[in-house]
Amino acid sequence: MSAAAERDGRAQGADPVHVRVVDLVKSYGGTPILKGVTFDLYRGVTNVIIGASGSGKTVFLRQLIRLEQPDSGRIEVDGVDIVPLGELELTPFRRKFGMVFQMSALFDSMTVFDNVAFPLREHGKLSRKQMREKVEESLEALGVAHAIDRLPSELSGGMKKRVAVARALVMEPEILIYDEPTTGLDPITSRTVDELIESTRERFGITSVVISHDMESVFSIGHRVTLLYKGRMEVSVTRDELIRSDNVHVKEFLQASGVRMP
Amino acid sequence: MWYHSRVPSQADPAVNERPKLLAILKEMVLLLIRPFVNVLAEIGLTVRLLAATLFWGVRPPYRLSLFMEAMEFVGVQSVFIVGLTGLFIGMVFGIQLVDGFRDFGAENQTGAVVGMALARELSPVFTALMVSSRAGSAMSTELGSMRVSDQIDALTTMAVNPVQYLVVPRVLAGFLMVPMLTMLFNMVGIFGAWLVCVQILGLDSGIFVDKVRWFVDASDLRQGLVKAFAFGLTISLIACRHGFYAKGGAAGVGQATTAAVVQSAVSILALDYVITSVITGGF
Repeated sequence: MSAAAERDGRAQGADPVHVRVVDLVKSYGGTPILKGVTFDLYRGVTNVIIGASGSGKTVFLRQLIRLEQPDSGRIEVDGVDIVPLGELELTPFRRKFGMVFQMSALFDSMTVFDNVAFPLREHGKLSRKQMREKVEESLEALGVAHAIDRLPSELSGGMKKRVAVARALVMEPEILIYDEPTTGLDPITSRTVDELIESTRERFGITSVVISHDMESVFSIGHRVTLLYKGRMEVSVTRDELIRSDNVHVKEFLQASGVRMP
Repeated sequence: MWYHSRVPSQADPAVNERPKLLAILKEMVLLLIRPFVNVLAEIGLTVRLLAATLFWGVRPPYRLSLFMEAMEFVGVQSVFIVGLTGLFIGMVFGIQLVDGFRDFGAENQTGAVVGMALARELSPVFTALMVSSRAGSAMSTELGSMRVSDQIDALTTMAVNPVQYLVVPRVLAGFLMVPMLTMLFNMVGIFGAWLVCVQILGLDSGIFVDKVRWFVDASDLRQGLVKAFAFGLTISLIACRHGFYAKGGAAGVGQATTAAVVQSAVSILALDYVITSVITGGF
């Protein structure tokens, strides 16, 4: 059974909540950034987190994958709180996550092949031939197989993003996180990246978490939308509920983004 | 009432001035202690990185290829510059000693002094300074660039510990390669001194070599090696610390590299004094 099929099988009887965030607090130098954020990330759908600059989106994301230690609160991944875990205990949980950074974060000294093969070399037990096949298959699926021997500096922004997605997907994560995936891209490439996020989710049956303030992306790919406002969760609703929301901050954010309210 | 005169009114200028004075005093105290606090924070961060390096260094997986790459970068690629520096230091030192010793007819002692000075002091200090300038700065820049472009965070998200992957091989390479390069510096330095003293200034080759053999013993080499191990660990750790925790984009990487080189140089000289004092009982 393939990993994706196995995951689908698990997902059928599984809790719809994949990650539960409870009362998450984080401060820097005494300045509170996250002030008790509580919401759920749902399994198998695209969960978008929106908010103005400085609302705590990126800080939240850094806590979610434990790049930083939250001050307090819980982050339950499949029911297990990962906040109190040490570095060694975190390893199996980190493998459940894949991450596509805003600037792609490809290793600039490695070719596209080596970048995508990196997690396989570090964690997999594949032969050289199997690894080559898997990397080629992954790059093929994302339409960048022709760039396999190039260095990241020789790729366009959109291609870098695709390679970054391929690298994140190659270890078959359950949750794929995108940090502002369309920031700095032209409108056409932005929509291509949106399609990529959606097709990746459908094809691999993963839970997507997208941090964004591009409302076109939000309405194009988001199944559930969470608005962070000044370090607090303001609403966490479906896309349609967001449009109809009476919340003053939601209205303000949508109007400022040029979205027509009903 | 009698107490009315004792309760200061809001209009009293002395009452209004007091909080201002306190604030200024507080600012002054903070200004005075800030440099010390910063130094302590620097030391604390470096010690924490050392602890993490030791913790992750003994745990599998052991990435031999990364270690060999780091050894090649720190060691093999520094051979030419360390050798060249050793040659010139030996030559200059030889000229100065012969010039000085001739005033009281002791130029035959040149070999002994050159050998001892190189083995105990000059070789470890100059080797560490050269390695810090060449390899330490490069390490700091590389790690700094990785940090500001999220590559270090990317390692973490792929369940690869960045200290284990990036810092451990570099620190270990610095620790092991600086002593080896120090030995090379010793040999080339003594050769440089011999070249100038014997071939140009006319000292007797047999006497020069004999003095080196007679006066330079294992304890001199051991003293130099102890320093070289300490310097190697210190400079690679400082370089990694500045690069690993760099922030602030390209400017931040530049600052990290400058800070790494300056701190390494100062640390080498300070540590040299401390180790020499301990070994010779100079405390």
